[in-house]
Amino acid sequence: MPDPKPALDSLPLKAHAAGLNFHYGDFHALKNIEMPIHDKRVTALIGPSGCGKSTFLRCFNRMHDLYPGNRYEGEIRLQPDNVNLLDRAVDPIEVRMRLSMVFQKPNPFPKTLFENVAYGLRVRGIKRRAVLEEKVEEALRGAALWNEVKDRLHEQAFNLSGGQQQRLCIARALATEPELLLFDEPTSALDPIATASIEELIAELKEKVTILIVTHNMQQAARVSDFTAYMYLGELIEFGWTDDIFIKPKNPQTEAYITGRFG
Amino acid sequence: MALQSAAEIRALIARHKRRDVIFGLFGILCLAIGLLTFATLFVDMLIDGYARLTPEFFTNFPSRRAGQAGILSAWVGTVMVMFVTAAVAVPLGVASGIYLEEYASKNWVTDVIEINISNLAGVPSIVYGLLALGLFVYQFGLGQSVATAGLTLALLILPVVIVATREAIRAIPAAIREAAYALGATRWQVVQGHILPYSMGGIMTGVIIGMARAIGETAPIITIGALTFIAFLPPSPVGAEFPFVSFEWLTSPFTVMPIQIFNWTSRPDPAFQANAAAAGFILVFMTLAMNGLAIWLRYRIRRNIKW
Amino acid sequence: MSVSAASSETLDSRFRGNDGAASAAGRLARRASRRLKEKVIESILFLAALVSVFTTLGIVYILVSESVVFFRHVPLRDFLTDTQWTPLFDDAHFGIMVLLSGTLVSSAVALLVAIPLGTVIAVFLSEFAGPRLRETVKPMLELLSGVPTIVFGYFALMFVTPLLQKFIPGLPGFNLLSAGIVMGIMIIPTVSSIAEDAMRAVPMNLREGSYAMGATRLQTALKVVVPAAFSGIMAAYILGISRAVGETMILAVAAGMQPNLTWNPTEPAATITAYIVQVALGDLPHGSVGYQTIFAAGLTLMLITLLFNILGYWLRKRYRERY
Repeated sequence: MPDPKPALDSLPLKAHAAGLNFHYGDFHALKNIEMPIHDKRVTALIGPSGCGKSTFLRCFNRMHDLYPGNRYEGEIRLQPDNVNLLDRAVDPIEVRMRLSMVFQKPNPFPKTLFENVAYGLRVRGIKRRAVLEEKVEEALRGAALWNEVKDRLHEQAFNLSGGQQQRLCIARALATEPELLLFDEPTSALDPIATASIEELIAELKEKVTILIVTHNMQQAARVSDFTAYMYLGELIEFGWTDDIFIKPKNPQTEAYITGRFG
Repeated sequence: MALQSAAEIRALIARHKRRDVIFGLFGILCLAIGLLTFATLFVDMLIDGYARLTPEFFTNFPSRRAGQAGILSAWVGTVMVMFVTAAVAVPLGVASGIYLEEYASKNWVTDVIEINISNLAGVPSIVYGLLALGLFVYQFGLGQSVATAGLTLALLILPVVIVATREAIRAIPAAIREAAYALGATRWQVVQGHILPYSMGGIMTGVIIGMARAIGETAPIITIGALTFIAFLPPSPVGAEFPFVSFEWLTSPFTVMPIQIFNWTSRPDPAFQANAAAAGFILVFMTLAMNGLAIWLRYRIRRNIKW
Repeated sequence: MSVSAASSETLDSRFRGNDGAASAAGRLARRASRRLKEKVIESILFLAALVSVFTTLGIVYILVSESVVFFRHVPLRDFLTDTQWTPLFDDAHFGIMVLLSGTLVSSAVALLVAIPLGTVIAVFLSEFAGPRLRETVKPMLELLSGVPTIVFGYFALMFVTPLLQKFIPGLPGFNLLSAGIVMGIMIIPTVSSIAEDAMRAVPMNLREGSYAMGATRLQTALKVVVPAAFSGIMAAYILGISRAVGETMILAVAAGMQPNLTWNPTEPAATITAYIVQVALGDLPHGSVGYQTIFAAGLTLMLITLLFNILGYWLRKRYRERY
C-alpha cells in the first residue's frame, strides 16, 4: 500500500538540532539529540515526565541561560539564515526576539490586556500607537480572542478566565511575528473546553508559523501534530510522522509507551 | 514581514544591555553608599574615641572632668536592665508564640491578638516610654527604677520574640507533631518534648535580636525620666550576709549606655564628645556582636536541620 | 467439682471486676488530672498572649486619659491651628503644627534618601545579584539596621553636619537636613528588605514570560516584577515612613530641640518625638499641663503611625493573597 505522505527530507526545514547535549550542573539532561523541525508544521514532543522534552524545548529560546550551571553542546540551526541558536556568540535576547514561547501555566503580566499583547513590541522599542494597536488587534484575532475582549482591552489581564489568559499569552507570543512558536504543555492547567479551543487554535496557527509543542497528553499530540518525537531519559528514541508513530512505531520502546504499557 | 531589520534589532539589544550594565553599577553604588556610611560611622567613632578606650573607662564613674569620666554605672545599669528585660520578655514572648501556633483556634480573639502584635511592632519606641511613664512610674509607683526600664524594654521587644517563636515553630513539619499525637501525647507533652526543643535555635535568634535592639534603645528610657548623671551603682543583687540575694537593685535609680552617650553628646565641651564616641563604639560593637551571633545562628540552623 | 468450678468462676469474675473498676477509676482520675493540667497550661499561655493586647490597651488608655485632661485646658481647635508651641512659657501656646512641621520635614528628607536607594538596592538584589552576593549583602544590611539610633545621632551631629557645612555655608550645627539624611540611611535596610521580599515572591514563570519575549533584566524588573510586587513595595515604603515619623534620638541629638514652624530642612527644629525627650529631660511636675503635653504629642504621633501601619498591613496582606 503506497504511503501518500511526502518523503521527510523533501520537506523544507525551519530548524535542525544536531549533536545536542545539555547539562544541568553534573546532570546530563539531553544526550546527543538530532531532530528536524519542519517549516509550517506542528511537531510534538512526547515522553514520560523527566524525559527531557521541556528541557529540549527551552534550548530553542535559550531559557537555560537564565540560570547558572547550565551547559549546551552541539547545535540547533535556525533557517533561513542557518544560524546556530546555541552559539555563544549569538545573543540569547536576539534568539528570543525571533522565537516566542507559551508556558505551562498562563502567565499574563500584571498589566492591561492591551499592554500584555503589546509587551514584546514595546520591548523592541516600538512606541507608535497606530502600529501597536494594529499589531495587538492582529495578534488577538490570531489567538481567537479578539471578539471576546475587544471592548475591554484596558482591563487587567487577571480578570480573564484561565483559558482566555492562555489565549492572551498566545496573542502576546504572536504579536512579535515569531518564526517559531514554542508551546510548553500549554493546556496542562486548563479544563477540557479551554483545552479544545487551544488545540483548535494550534491547528489554525500552523498555516502561518512553525510550531513545536511539548505535551504530556498523547491524544493531544495525535490530534494537533504532523510530526511526533518520542523522548526517554534525555534521548530521542523515535521521530516521524505522527500517524506512523502512533500506528506503526518502529521502536519497541515507543510502542510500549504509546500503547500505555509504560510511562 | 519583519518588524525591524536584524541590524536594527542588534543595535536595540546593545542599547538595552548597556542600560542593564548601567543599572547594575548603579545598584552596586547604592549598596556601597549604605554599607560605606556604616563603615564610616564605625571608623569615625573609633578614631574619635580611641584615646578613651582604656581599662579605666570601664571602671570609672561619670565625672565633671571628661578625662576621668567612665561608663561603670552605665554598663552595670545596662546589664541589670537587660536582665529584667530578658526575664520578662522571653517567657512571655515564647508562651504567646506557643499559644498562637499550637493552641489558638481560628476565631476573632486570635485575630485580634495577631493584628495587635503586628501593630505593636510598628509603634514608635518613645510611645512605650510614655506608657511606662504614665503606668509604671506613676500608677504602679515603680518610680524611675531598673524594674521600670526593664519592663518597658520587655514590652518593646515582645513582638520580636513572639514573631521569632512563631516562625521557628512554623518551620517544624506537621508530620513530627502528628507522629507525637498519634502516640497519644497531650498537647503540652508535644510542646514540651518536641516543639520547644526543635524551635529553640530560632527562638534564641529572635531573643538575641530583640535584646540587641533593647540595649540600644534610648528614647523610652529617657521618657521614663532616667537620670543622666549617676555616680553610684545600684545595690548588689548578691550579698555576703543572709539571705545572700537582694532585690533592692530593682527599685534603684540607674543609667544605661545609650543614656550616657546622649548625655555626653549633648555637652558643648568637645572632650566629652570623645567619651561619647568611645561609649558609642562599645555600644555598636555590642549590638553588632549580638546581631552577628543571631544571623550566624540562623544560618547554622538553616544548614543543619534538614527535615 | 461443679461447686469448685462455680466458686472459682465467681472468684475469677469478682477479681476481674475489682481489678477493672480499680484501673478504670485510676485511669479516669489520671485523665481528669491530666485534662486539668492541660487546661491550666493553656490558660497560662493564653494570658501570656493577652499581654500584648493589654500593652496596646495600656498605651491607648494612658495617651487618651492624659490627653483628655490636656484638651480640657487647650481647645482642640487651638491645638490644630495655632502656629506657636510654647507650652512652658507664661503665654502658653499649643500649636502641634510647629512640632509636626519638624517631623514632616525630617521624614521627607529621610524618605528622599531611603526610598530611591532602598528601591534600587531591592531591585538589584532581587533581579541582578547572584545568590552568593545576595546572601553576603543581606546580613550586612540587617546589621546596619541594628545599630542603635543614638549612635546614628552622634554620627549625624559630629560627622555629617560638619561635612554638609562644607557644601552649605551657614548651615547651623543643629539642622533637620543632616538628621534626615542619616535617618534615611538608617531606614534603607527596612525598605530594601521588605521590597526585596515582595519582589522575590513574584513567581518565576512571570519573569520567564518576559525574558522569553526578549526582554533584558532591567526591562523585566521594571515592567513586570515591580508592577507585580507593587503593593508589597508600597508596604515597604509605608513602614519606612512610619519608622521615620517615630524616630527620636537622631533628631533629639542632631536637629536641636527648639520648636520652629518651618518647611526648610536647613533650619533647626524640634519634632514631636524630640519635644517629648526634651520635656522628659527636664523636671516637670506630674499632672501639670506641661506634663500632659507630651501625652497629647504622643497621641498625635501614635495616630499618624497607626494610620501608616494599618495601610502597610493591608497592602502586605493584599500582595500575599494574590500569589
